[in-house]
Amino acid sequence: MSDMHQHSVAYVRETMLPEAPPPAREQGIIKWMRENLFANVPNSILTIASIVVIYYILAASLPWLLNGIWNAESIRDCREILQGAAGGCFAVLTERWNQLLFGFQYPDDQYWRPLIAFLLLFVAIAPVMFFKYIPSQFLLFTALYPFLAYWLIWGGLILAPIVALVGFVVGYFVWGRLVQRSFATGFFGAVAAAVIVWWIGGLITAGMDPEQAMLVPVASRDMGGFMLNLILGTVCVSLSIPIGIALALGRQSSMPIIKWICVVFIEFIRGVPLITLLFVANVVLAYFFPPGTNFDLIIRVIIMITAFASAYIAEVIRGGLAALPTGQYEAADSLGLDYAQAMRLIILPQALKISIPGIVNVAVGLFKDTTLVSVISMFDLVGMIRGPILASTEWNGVYWELFGFAALLFFVVCYGISQYSQWLERELTTDHK
Amino acid sequence: MTTMTDPPQASFKLSMLLNDTRYRSYTFQFIALILLIAAIAYLGSNLAQNLREAGLNISYGFLGEPSNYDINQRLIEYDSRSSHWRAAVVGVLNTLLVAFLACVTATIIGVIAGVLRLSNNWLVRKLMAGYVEAFRNVPVLIWILIIYTVMTAVMPSPRDFRGDDADASMVLGSFAFTNRGVYTPKPLLEPMGWVVVGIFIASIIGMFAYRRYATKLLYDTGKLLPMGWPSLAILFVPAILSFFVLGRPISLEYPELGGFNFQGGIQVLGSLIALWFALAIYTGAFIAENVRAGIQAVSKGQTEAAAALGLRPRRIMNLVILPQALRIIIPPLISNYLNITKNSSLAIAVGYMDITGTLGGITLNQTGRAIEAVLLLMLFYLVISLSISAVMNVYNNAVRLKER
Repeated sequence: MSDMHQHSVAYVRETMLPEAPPPAREQGIIKWMRENLFANVPNSILTIASIVVIYYILAASLPWLLNGIWNAESIRDCREILQGAAGGCFAVLTERWNQLLFGFQYPDDQYWRPLIAFLLLFVAIAPVMFFKYIPSQFLLFTALYPFLAYWLIWGGLILAPIVALVGFVVGYFVWGRLVQRSFATGFFGAVAAAVIVWWIGGLITAGMDPEQAMLVPVASRDMGGFMLNLILGTVCVSLSIPIGIALALGRQSSMPIIKWICVVFIEFIRGVPLITLLFVANVVLAYFFPPGTNFDLIIRVIIMITAFASAYIAEVIRGGLAALPTGQYEAADSLGLDYAQAMRLIILPQALKISIPGIVNVAVGLFKDTTLVSVISMFDLVGMIRGPILASTEWNGVYWELFGFAALLFFVVCYGISQYSQWLERELTTDHK
Repeated sequence: MTTMTDPPQASFKLSMLLNDTRYRSYTFQFIALILLIAAIAYLGSNLAQNLREAGLNISYGFLGEPSNYDINQRLIEYDSRSSHWRAAVVGVLNTLLVAFLACVTATIIGVIAGVLRLSNNWLVRKLMAGYVEAFRNVPVLIWILIIYTVMTAVMPSPRDFRGDDADASMVLGSFAFTNRGVYTPKPLLEPMGWVVVGIFIASIIGMFAYRRYATKLLYDTGKLLPMGWPSLAILFVPAILSFFVLGRPISLEYPELGGFNFQGGIQVLGSLIALWFALAIYTGAFIAENVRAGIQAVSKGQTEAAAALGLRPRRIMNLVILPQALRIIIPPLISNYLNITKNSSLAIAVGYMDITGTLGGITLNQTGRAIEAVLLLMLFYLVISLSISAVMNVYNNAVRLKER
């Protein structure tokens, strides 16, 4: 610019220096490790301790996993093949695969039926789970699925599920016709219509010859293995959601008698462990049925687990109802909606959305709790492992492989469900970020 | 100009029971009550008829009869000639014992894991996330069975401890881990030993009194007394001094191998340990999540505000973060304690004789009094649950934000 400094300054840099790379310790993996693993002394000690823990876990489990024997007749065969080396005897899983999944009494040649029912479960559940992406017409299949699955798993006359289905359809049409007059008329009219259809259908079915069944009937007591856990889990969760909603609404009700019936039921069920309720199903419930009737153990267990789950779901939904601002209730009232309309159109859609994470938590907990039925000598996955498999002479002593397998199955299902619920929560948020 | 007149007072019509909101709720409640009574009457008549046909009656007389079975872990006097009632009480104590142990352990595990999940160490964070996910997503029954298997099938039998080059040896010379349970030293108290115990209890009270006094002094005069080492000194010095002055009245009885089994010491059953640790680790994973959520729920502005006031990090944690986080952490913590108590009923799967194992297991099977036994069992758990919820309500009211 000016030439004033031309003699006083010996050297002027005229070009920019090229950018120097950051120091080695401030970039890439080294920086990351310095910040995340060795930030200070206690942190470094923690890192080293974790590495030691991970090393011990891997050192114990990797040889056992990699060295595993998948083909053997018995635990003695496994030991002979291994010759004292570390290794799992996973042959028990391949050899008893069907027992683990279906129990030991389900007819061998019919395994394809629960398998198809299981695969169709995903088809049926997808429109509910991904309702934003799958057209709602597919919900029709979801509605048909329970009857189809019942027929596939239990077999017998196809007429029985069809009669049940027709009852629901007739009830639905009656409801649609009568609901304009009032909700109560529609509801009770639909129940009455459905009961009439079932009664007539029952008479027809009773006259049919069960020998003509397309699928061999399978008794409830023959269900077992992981299939039993899945049946109990899905049936009880799907039954307990509507009951839970009703209980939650009842608990919020301004009518004292209805409120107290719900409160006593919910608090009683939540106050006792599931095992005692299963004891009730096992040894007490039969006393309360009309003399001469004989319900299957599985049905009694479904009744008690559903009661258990619905009390917990009711509390979750009550939380959702309580979280709604009073303005929503007042707005519904000021629009002139009656109670049923306000609940159906304004309150419940919002309250249920808030309670989805809670409901999923209850569902996951319930699915885990279905293993408790092994205590009342039903042969679910855990019951099969503890009973017929570990007691057999071939596989007596193969603990880790079997319990590890059971833990893995439950982990996959429960972790999957909880990941789904987190995804759904993100999907449903309507607030601005 | 129009004048408003009251609407004509409509006379009561029967249809108003359904259509008039003033009366409709009475109609509904009446119907509900009738239905409830009908259901109870129906179930009751079924019950009466079934019992009559089976030749049974409802009676709690069996509780007074001798039980004729043994219980392998008893905290009070009990033998097979004792009554069923006594067996149930032994079971109750066993339930409370395992629930207490598991609650304490689960809290420790949960708090450590929850805090470590927020650590800025990546590896520790991932490790703890792995722990939480692995244990939350697998049924607690499977964990109980796995740990029980370790305790019974993997541990050496007492026979392996025999000889000079035995396969197994006692840990620290005093703990023996065998497949019949863990044997630990047992404290033996001479009469003067109780004095030492009394002094120790008194020093615990003294420590709290000192801390309270120090806090009061701080608030009143601003004078800061040291907290850490005086508390420790008050806690231990008098007890240790009295222990030596009174001539070591407390000694330990070590387990020793005698016959086919260990003699002396305390035998902690494998089933108790399986139940205790499985419940603790399983519930610890849930508590870890609560702790993490509670700490994360305290907004960052609170930390920054406290720092701006010039508080040091430890005081920020103690005076600002923890009081707010605890309000969020404690209610789910207490409901986790409730879950532990209820899940301890899984004892029946590993043969630990808690109330479900005695009253709901052997007593029920021996006497066939299913209804009475199950009812009593439910009543016990209900009483525990309701009392824990009552405690929780008291706490919630005490820490609730005081607004206006």
